[in-house]
Amino acid sequence: MREVAVIGVGMNKWGELWEKSHRTIWTEAALKAIDEAKVDRVDAMVVGCMSGGLFVGQEHLGALLAEQLGMGPIPGTRVESACASGGLAFRQAYLAVASGMHDIVLATGVEKMTDVDGGAATFALSTAADQEYEGFHGVTFPGLYAMMARVHMQRYGTTREQLAQVAVKNHAHGSLNPNAQFPMKVTAQQVMSSAMVADPMRLLDCSPVTDGAAAAVLVPLEWARKRSSGPFIRVAASAHATDTIALHDREDMAFLGSTAKAAEQAYKQAHIGPSDLSFCEAHDCFTISEVMVIEALGIAERGQGGKLTASGYTALDGKIPVNPSGGLKSKGHPVGATGVAQVFEVVEQLRGACGARQVKNARWALTQNMGGTGASTVIHLFERV
Amino acid sequence: MEVGIVGYGAYVPRHRIKVEEIAQVWGADAPTYKKGLRLEEKSVPSPDQDVITMSVEASRRALRRAGVDPFELGAIYIGSESHPYAVKPSGTVVAEAIGATPNLHCADLEFACKAGSEGMFIALSLVKAGEMKLALGIGADTSQGAPGDALEYSASAGAAAFIMGRERLVAACEHTFSFTTDTPDFWRREYQHYPRHGGRFTGEPAYFKHTLSCARELMKRAGLEPGDFKFAVFHQPNGKFPLTASEELGFTREQVQQGLLSPSIGNTYSGASPLGLTAILDVAKPGDRILMVSYGSGSGSDGFVWRVTERIEEVRSLAPQTWAQIKDRPVYVNYGTYAKFRGKILKAS
Amino acid sequence: MIGLARHWREIPQRYRYEAARCDKCSAVYFPPRLVCSKCRGREFTKTVLPQTGKVETFTVIRVAPTGFTDEAPYAVAVVKLDDSIRVMAQVVDCEVEKLAIGDRVRLEFRKVQQDGEAGAICYGYKFVPEA
Repeated sequence: MREVAVIGVGMNKWGELWEKSHRTIWTEAALKAIDEAKVDRVDAMVVGCMSGGLFVGQEHLGALLAEQLGMGPIPGTRVESACASGGLAFRQAYLAVASGMHDIVLATGVEKMTDVDGGAATFALSTAADQEYEGFHGVTFPGLYAMMARVHMQRYGTTREQLAQVAVKNHAHGSLNPNAQFPMKVTAQQVMSSAMVADPMRLLDCSPVTDGAAAAVLVPLEWARKRSSGPFIRVAASAHATDTIALHDREDMAFLGSTAKAAEQAYKQAHIGPSDLSFCEAHDCFTISEVMVIEALGIAERGQGGKLTASGYTALDGKIPVNPSGGLKSKGHPVGATGVAQVFEVVEQLRGACGARQVKNARWALTQNMGGTGASTVIHLFERV
Repeated sequence: MEVGIVGYGAYVPRHRIKVEEIAQVWGADAPTYKKGLRLEEKSVPSPDQDVITMSVEASRRALRRAGVDPFELGAIYIGSESHPYAVKPSGTVVAEAIGATPNLHCADLEFACKAGSEGMFIALSLVKAGEMKLALGIGADTSQGAPGDALEYSASAGAAAFIMGRERLVAACEHTFSFTTDTPDFWRREYQHYPRHGGRFTGEPAYFKHTLSCARELMKRAGLEPGDFKFAVFHQPNGKFPLTASEELGFTREQVQQGLLSPSIGNTYSGASPLGLTAILDVAKPGDRILMVSYGSGSGSDGFVWRVTERIEEVRSLAPQTWAQIKDRPVYVNYGTYAKFRGKILKAS
Repeated sequence: MIGLARHWREIPQRYRYEAARCDKCSAVYFPPRLVCSKCRGREFTKTVLPQTGKVETFTVIRVAPTGFTDEAPYAVAVVKLDDSIRVMAQVVDCEVEKLAIGDRVRLEFRKVQQDGEAGAICYGYKFVPEA
């Protein structure tokens, strides 16, 4: 396997992009990454998109989007793993370069979510759960995570206030990110008095509905070294694991087994442990998600994620900042794009290009992108070399 | 050879609406309905309940009391005027849900409030004829009265199921008799949401004529008098009609009280006298005789003479009893919720 | 909405709670599977799930997906069936504000979805408080 580097990333401000279509949003991000990478060709393109079909009535995205690039009949592949589609697209691109199959591969993610009404968007997202045995009963994603939260709270004494602190922290981070959809700061009181969506998850516990895209250009590290003097952003590990699709089939409903499994593999590949991380971008689709993710990543002890968050350990000035970008909570969550946008943040941070939200002396970074209630997780480790 | 009921089951939804709640919306006089028609409140099906769901639950309860393998059922008949589908049987869903498919006969019946006793009669008759060992007859409805109409105070929801057989009876059927004429006192035309009725015409020439004629002829043929019965149950479109009918026939209040459910749950239409019968079976002693007479507009009455057997003592506690269900944590809804539940609110399509 | 055949083929599970028990290790699967994920066994025997159990976790859906908006707020719970596996379904006939982990519930036959006023009705199970 060849070592792989990311030499260009692209994304724009996310939000309700009424004037822009699915393909336009995607192409803008893709071109940014290509221009930044200063490449005159890409050998292959991978796009992560959860549900072109349900959100914009469009499938066959591999071909459609490859055509938008104007780079000829290159292979265009669409991958789907619910909200982990972006992370999985990046992994497929990584594997293509690492294996020697292609030299310059564009990894992208996109979702255009605002072309349908709220009920339809909620339904589209719910297809990431077991349609026949969860979705059939009218459960939603906020509802599923709410049920996980309730178990976590009951078993570990995680408090409502601790969950709110995840939102407080990530909005504070997001307020420093020009690409964030909701860059406003929030207080714990605001989170805890926002509208109830699925008890105990309130509106400000949930990531928003977002239009957005992100892209990254991957090449062999050696190839990058020949072109410039660095520093380079090396992909140090790529791991992917799955768990039961239905929450009720999970051995432990308050633990993210797929994240723990993928993290274990990733740390092993890179020969590091969680304490070596400079920061991480985690899949905080809900406040409870981040609490459970940092436990599965080994940043927090099992059951202590809420407490650790409230202590400031994961804040921008803490020991291991989690979601310096603002996370899905503040930056937005165009589901298929999220995993690639995490890479965007990591690359910008490791380059030291993040201004006010810059993590000091960042060397090792982790991205954790999750689908469903944790039925799939994609983790990547990055090192500045 | 004796035939009769092997197992019975009742189902009444939890939601209720009080007569006062309906009356205040329409500017009507609640005491007129409470005293005049002896109605206090009625059951309301929630949006996820219909004739099929209630029939399944009532049938499962009947199966528990019968202690028979559902696969042995030779037929299933559901009588209702509110089948969820105009075309597509209710009975197939129920048969599938209780595990009775595929070797059985199935039909949905409709005859206003008499459809339930029809199902019972046909099930009983097929067993009696030796066509099958066991047959299931169900009466169930989620009836609608037009908003503001007198029927809105009574039209309610409930289901009763009876497994008929030849062995291990809890009540033997001693006699049956049916009385039928063409009397247009109440109807609902195809594609209409609410029924229409003939006002006071539904009384004397309709309900009373058929109920009384059927009861009298049945008792005459059986050689029995009101004094020979421990209990009697009549169709109960409200609380007043069955009491008037029973008095005219010479029954006492004690004989009809146990099976008189309509003041508490309203008129469950096809479920009405069958549900009354389940309430009686819940307390009857071996040897007790029960007179049951249904009434369905249009019009007709089915009469049955039941004699309770020893086995009743073994089975009645095997499933929820009818009065206990009626009194179990009722949830009262206001008219707005009731209107939403019953699809009476015009929504954007 | 759900396709006709898609719902129809789930009838044994949705109407009768039929599950599969692994002949080798006794693990129970609902719905039935072809391979046991505990022991990779491929032989199963039909079993029927117990119809009572205890709420392990729950939520109250206030922002509902298409098809369920008229029902909100409604409770959904993961219930551990007595001496058996967990299943997920709505909890109805209860005051959602008073629902709690540990509550005893039983399965009842209900309408779960319908394709509007004119389309097919999907029946299935929901939980109600145990008497």
